Amino acid sequence: MTATGIGAPVKRKEDFRFITGNGHYTDDLNRPGQTYGYFVRSPHAHAKIKGIDSAVAATMPGVLSILTGKDLAADGLGPLICGWLVHSKDGNPMKVGPHPALAVDRVRYVGDHVAIVIAETYAEAKDAAEQVNVDYDVLPAVIDGAVAHRPQAPQIHDEAPRNLAFDWELGLKDETDAAFKNAAHVTRLTLANNRLIPNAMEPRAAIGEYDKGSGHTTLWTTSQNPHVARLVLSAFVQLAPENKLRVIAPDVGGGFGSKIFIYPEETVVAWASRKVGRPVKWTAERSESFLADAHGRDHHTHAELALDKDGKFLALRVKTIANLGAYLSTFASSVPTYLYGTLLSGQYAIPAIYVEVDGVYTNTAPVDAYRGAGRPEATFVVERIVEEAAREMKIDPAELRRRNFIRTFPHQTPVIMAYDIGDYEASLDKALKAIDYQGFAKRRAEAEARSKKRGIGFSAYIEACGIAPSAAVGSLGAGVGLWESAEVRVNPTGSIEVLTGSHSHGQGHETTFAQLVSDRLGVPLESIEIVHGDTDKVQFGMGTYGSRSGSVGMSAISKALDKIEAKAKKIASHLLEAAADDIVLKDGKFTVAGTDKSITFQELSLAAYVGHKFPTSEIEPGLKEGAFYDPTNFTFPAGCHICEVEIDPDTGVTRIVKFVAVDDFGTIINPMIVEGQVHGGIAQGIGQAMLEHGVYDPETGQLVTGSFMDYCMPRADDLPSFEIGMTMTKCPSNPLGMKGCGEAGAIAAPAAVINAITDALGRDIAMPTTPERVWRALNEPKLAAE
Amino acid sequence: MTAISMTVNGKAVSADVEDRTLLVHFIRDHLHLTGTHVGCDTSQCGACVVHVDGRAIKSCTMLAAQADGATVMTIEGLAKDGKLHPVQEAFREHHGLQCGFCTPGMIMTAVDIIRRKPALDEKTIREELEGNICRCTGYHNIVKAIAAAAGAKA
Ligand code: FES
Ligand code: FES
Repeated sequence: MTATGIGAPVKRKEDFRFITGNGHYTDDLNRPGQTYGYFVRSPHAHAKIKGIDSAVAATMPGVLSILTGKDLAADGLGPLICGWLVHSKDGNPMKVGPHPALAVDRVRYVGDHVAIVIAETYAEAKDAAEQVNVDYDVLPAVIDGAVAHRPQAPQIHDEAPRNLAFDWELGLKDETDAAFKNAAHVTRLTLANNRLIPNAMEPRAAIGEYDKGSGHTTLWTTSQNPHVARLVLSAFVQLAPENKLRVIAPDVGGGFGSKIFIYPEETVVAWASRKVGRPVKWTAERSESFLADAHGRDHHTHAELALDKDGKFLALRVKTIANLGAYLSTFASSVPTYLYGTLLSGQYAIPAIYVEVDGVYTNTAPVDAYRGAGRPEATFVVERIVEEAAREMKIDPAELRRRNFIRTFPHQTPVIMAYDIGDYEASLDKALKAIDYQGFAKRRAEAEARSKKRGIGFSAYIEACGIAPSAAVGSLGAGVGLWESAEVRVNPTGSIEVLTGSHSHGQGHETTFAQLVSDRLGVPLESIEIVHGDTDKVQFGMGTYGSRSGSVGMSAISKALDKIEAKAKKIASHLLEAAADDIVLKDGKFTVAGTDKSITFQELSLAAYVGHKFPTSEIEPGLKEGAFYDPTNFTFPAGCHICEVEIDPDTGVTRIVKFVAVDDFGTIINPMIVEGQVHGGIAQGIGQAMLEHGVYDPETGQLVTGSFMDYCMPRADDLPSFEIGMTMTKCPSNPLGMKGCGEAGAIAAPAAVINAITDALGRDIAMPTTPERVWRALNEPKLAAE
Repeated sequence: MTAISMTVNGKAVSADVEDRTLLVHFIRDHLHLTGTHVGCDTSQCGACVVHVDGRAIKSCTMLAAQADGATVMTIEGLAKDGKLHPVQEAFREHHGLQCGFCTPGMIMTAVDIIRRKPALDEKTIREELEGNICRCTGYHNIVKAIAAAAGAKA
């Protein structure tokens, strides 16, 4: 390992601009002649629009234009799309209610987009928006997924009777039912996976700019995948032809999934700039983020696990209702289906699994991928029910897991996935040691003596990252391929630009991607620039989500580097007068094997562009190569997180005494950055378990948790420091052996925390475990008995 | 409109602003110092923290007019003569940032915490960060960075 190569904890190249206040986030940018847009949003969860009167607003100071859904439709802009087609049990495609970027005759959730006011200043646009008079006929609303498809529930889309978008199934129904008949023990669990609001710290923002002369539209936007945004906006929404549309995602302040999707706001802003002939900027206020960013999770699930008398798992049966919100967001349908049902085998050999998922519309913000996307929901089901089974059968929870771990690979589960490699026992053992599992009984007794309640909980999670290969996901309904592209451009002076379709919004690609290149070519980190996030610079890419940038994005770079190396060696063979096969590249030098004849990478780069010393009829001048990489399989990061809590029964306050995470991410490029990813994921997982909950009022459909005053974000004093450990099995499905690390914490942590808290309480509890809920769980049975 | 003048990062500035202009908008939109961020509309997140007359304040919760005559320092003014402030160094050294959006506010708050508190243990640092939200780091490395910077000062 070199000081800057693969495996080195290199300090991040991108940090300097952020710690000095010189980042360039979308809202930091201003265009000449810029105007400001403010959205008129529905104050009702469900209503008919009878009329929009903007006469007064139009005369207010600074107002340039007020545009509605009718204007959008008149210009031929189509609805936003959902890019993953899921089929119901009867073979019919999912039922999609149209999602116009500005509502035409009906609004379906609080915050739904009704009109945009464009004015000279932001304050003027906002003032005028308040004067736009919308005549609503308020309709009854339904916000709870569990009741949305009862016959008496209000109907949200005409296309989807009883609000059912799809009823999907996966697995072996008959085998599962049969296994339950023969079970020695059955554990049953009903649980809810609470709705979360992503809250990346940078609110979404967009600037649209139309150039009359060239007919080009440029959209700066807070996106995790600018190329997909361009494709959707051109091919489906008909905003502009793809060659006339440039999408730029500059520095982006966190995403966690919420900035994958193609939203109404950026669509409208880009279109509006054409209407007013000047750039239009929109930046969300945090209240708007709460209302209109896609939310996450929101499942109701009933699960049953069949075991034999020794605790061997025989079958798992799961029935889930997934709340999809008012419209199908960009990848909404894939999250509770192919990203959820396929992971229900966990780390265990379960011969039969059957899962049914009803995806239902409600009058709430659309629900889509949020850090982990489907996999946290699956892990929560599996790891909660396994823990409960251990308690019911009085088997140590670590031991029960051990008895059921998959030990031979590849392993085909009954739910599509073929796990390629792993060592689940290794991470369990390491985590047990780190938490001092042996000493837990003593610690619990000691806490008991202080009238406190201690509990310990496990989460032996698995996830599937870098979803692929393209043909396989295509057959499951994905509307896009899931490969990645890269281009490596060597300059005549030997410095390098790497163009990648991945997008960094906190992951540190400018550092880790450069480490890979430095490792391979021996070029110093300072001479390597990572270029991303601009569709005019990078030809195409799929962006960053699902922990795919290492295993897929870096593999594409690696493939391009292979080509660079091959060509460079050909050129070197002429310069050094040796056979290309005899040239070795090491420490930034091309050397003829077994001799001291060599040439530096810089010298070779110049020679490649000067083109004097090799036959350019055989070898083209220049040194630039591109590659597309389509993985052969998903990757399967896995590990074991263990949480220990102490509860004060008098106040219901839960303190995390220790949180241990041991993960197997395959090859690690930069351990410092990987640990940071795990920390952040765990914090979000603990947030889900103990603090966060997106709540709508069941009567009015108003978002009750619409600000940081009401929605409990994890703060520094809510969290402990974490203890991170690693194990390693190299992923065989990509050239670098990487698996992905971005979501593990968010996937594993909720089950570990809830298993610990239920262990302490001796009974089940719903997320988030607020002190009030914990106190009630402890005291209500007592009070009822008195 | 109100006429205001103040010293920002050592430079005298003056402007006519609408009465309702917040200090953060004055800093970002009039002075084009965009290192100070806006992360919320309820004075909760701390992305907007700057120093006014030497104390950390949330610039989204102060009118520009209230800062008339004051001495203001933003993240852009923290490094002196091209040399990073020890807290900036510590954030980089300990990977105390990911997306960087909360970072300017975190750093300005941390400088203030270290100034006010002679001894800093982990618990105190975590309590003092109550007004700053970070969604990326889980605070683990932010706490480490502040502890290291505080130690270096002592
Ligand atoms: S923007 Fe000032 S506290 Fe959030
Ligand atoms: S580093 Fe992204 S919010 Fe703190």
